[in-house]
Amino acid sequence: MAELAYREALNQALAEEMERDPRVFLMGEEVARYDGAYKVSKGLLDKFGSARVVDAPISELGFGGLGVGAAMGGLRPVIEMMTWNFAILAMDQIVNSAAKLRHMSGGQLRCPIVFRGPNGAGGRLSSQHSQALEANYAHFPGLKVIAPGTPADAKGLLKSAIRDDNPVIFMEGELLYGVKGEVPEGEHLVPIGKADLKREGSDVTLITWSRMLTAVVLPAAELLAAEGINAEVLDLRTIKPFDAEAVAASVAKTNRVVIVEEGWGYAGFGAHIADFISRECFDDLDAPVTRVHGLDVNMAYAENLERLILPSAARVVEAVHQVLYR
Amino acid sequence: MPIAIQLPALSPTMSEGRITKWLKKEGDKVNSGDGLAECETDKSNLEIEATDGGTLLKIVVPAGSTSPVGGVIGWIGKPGEAIPEAPAPAAAPAAPAPVAAAPKPAPAAPAASAVPPKPAPKPVAAAPVAGEERLRVSPLARKMAETQGIDLASVPGSGPNGRIVKRDVEEAMASPAPAAKKSAPIVRAAPGVRQAPQDIALTSMRKVIAQRLGEVKPGVPHFYLTIEVEMDQALKLREEAKAQDLKISVNDVLVKATAMAVRKFPRINQFFAGDRIVQLNTVDVGVAVAIEDGLITPIIKDADVKGLAEIAQEVRELADRAKKKALKPEEYTGGSITVSNLGMFGIDSFIAVINPPQAAILAVGKVEPKVVVRNDAMVIRQMMSVTLSGDHRVIDGAVGAQYLQELRSLLEHPLRLLF
Repeated sequence: MAELAYREALNQALAEEMERDPRVFLMGEEVARYDGAYKVSKGLLDKFGSARVVDAPISELGFGGLGVGAAMGGLRPVIEMMTWNFAILAMDQIVNSAAKLRHMSGGQLRCPIVFRGPNGAGGRLSSQHSQALEANYAHFPGLKVIAPGTPADAKGLLKSAIRDDNPVIFMEGELLYGVKGEVPEGEHLVPIGKADLKREGSDVTLITWSRMLTAVVLPAAELLAAEGINAEVLDLRTIKPFDAEAVAASVAKTNRVVIVEEGWGYAGFGAHIADFISRECFDDLDAPVTRVHGLDVNMAYAENLERLILPSAARVVEAVHQVLYR
Repeated sequence: MPIAIQLPALSPTMSEGRITKWLKKEGDKVNSGDGLAECETDKSNLEIEATDGGTLLKIVVPAGSTSPVGGVIGWIGKPGEAIPEAPAPAAAPAAPAPVAAAPKPAPAAPAASAVPPKPAPKPVAAAPVAGEERLRVSPLARKMAETQGIDLASVPGSGPNGRIVKRDVEEAMASPAPAAKKSAPIVRAAPGVRQAPQDIALTSMRKVIAQRLGEVKPGVPHFYLTIEVEMDQALKLREEAKAQDLKISVNDVLVKATAMAVRKFPRINQFFAGDRIVQLNTVDVGVAVAIEDGLITPIIKDADVKGLAEIAQEVRELADRAKKKALKPEEYTGGSITVSNLGMFGIDSFIAVINPPQAAILAVGKVEPKVVVRNDAMVIRQMMSVTLSGDHRVIDGAVGAQYLQELRSLLEHPLRLLF
């Protein structure tokens, strides 16, 4: 197995799927001649030509809509948003068109489209460019939402997303693009909606996704192990539909849960998981479900404040002590 | 703040109750668990217990008046406390159903009896509303304590606010202090643990049978099977028991045989629950008892494992209390099957109506000498007819027939009742 960076794994998935299916094309700001703002589309223009790797003007609503139209017409577009912060401009096409076409046409229209791009804080990019927005999209029926945390999952899930016949919101971690990991070559598909146990444990379940996995939760699990606390780490990978079975199985095993997410706590996606656990796993709980999340403020520019706002391994350790009554 | 006393649902089918007598007067001190009033429900007379301590401030529903389940029948609080004009929000049931029993301030209470008995919201008052010493337990710890039979009141909690958590229950389990074990919660002679019922999904054939027969015979689609049983051996058993000063009736033998046959054919021990079938895993036999103005069917629990003497004693005791209308709801609800015996009234045979949710009932006629053919010769035998009414949505003819064959075999060879 080759060791690849997260961006290379995504590049591989794109190239393989474009090779496999001539209907797949990539469109977005600077994806062609500049190889993408984060170099995810490196080399694709040379390989597939300008008809399938398309530079779009700076108008997210416009090329977002173009993509939806192409999907309705039978193509399988991958629309790169330079970041999900900018995709806010395209919300109408994503929410009012892509998510609803199949429903409103009584199944006559399909919208096999992937919107992808970086999500979450990028490091001193201030409030407009540091948002983790997965909870927004998870809210809408008709959208699938994916947030992989490792290069292998990024590749396997992007391939599954491109093959899915419904609109998929594919959220990459802005600070993950350079993170390396082993990636299976060729046909590596990760099913949408399946969580992955990244670390087995018995004392507490840490539920997370995307960048928090490697940046915060796994390091926290190591700190806890040094104290003799054996934490289980469940990487959801897919936000919607999330893997309820895996969550319930882990809760039944450990009886205590800490949910870790980068985004804001207020109506954050972790609240939805907590709701599920309190209803479906009530008798298995030994402590209230606890959450660690970004503080409910706009992101500061100053590095020291940014560190305070984002979840940290120390805060996860503290939350684990709480649910273990230590 | 004063706490409303709500009329609890004292039986599963109760929608209203008549207060027959108040056991406390206004101004009396009341401890949690004290009897407050006596209440007549659809089947029995039962006592209403206080769930909170304090002083009985006001009686809202006087003796002789009726209140719907969940209605406010009185108020408990500190002496001199004002009673809210409208029902206290904390005491109101969670359902949006009208809480019609609002205590009107001045013109006393008989108005309460005019209240429509329809909405039967679950009384919230049954749960500790604002008890002084609420036990804080994590859901997991509560479940563990229940399955292990550990009395949580004796377990010290180590969590926040004294919450009892998993490790506390584990410690209590490890320490062999017998005090921590619950003194058998409900008195029941049945050996072993009673198994909970389980759901069985409807097969598509079952669904079609249920639907089509339900169209032809709406409600519970009954079908009937009759069998003649030779009772000579069973009567002999009764005589032998009598010689040893053990009083056992034919009916007691019948109850035991009915239960043992159900154990052998668990299909009889199911009931139809709309979208599924529920399989009961205990064999509890109802015995129809005629009482003034009607009948009631006290249940002999675990009749398949009880001995004849035990069944005989229990039937007599329950029948006595049934006649006094003093049965508790759990003593006449549920059950696997009912035995209805009209033999003592000289009835040859008859057809009984199923008592839902049960799926079967046995109608038993009198035992009388008849001429029958045995080994090509006419002989006289003590014969009794048993007619099974079955709910065809659950039981099919063949299953019912096999069941009756087993029942007959048990009655004709009563030695089998020992095994």
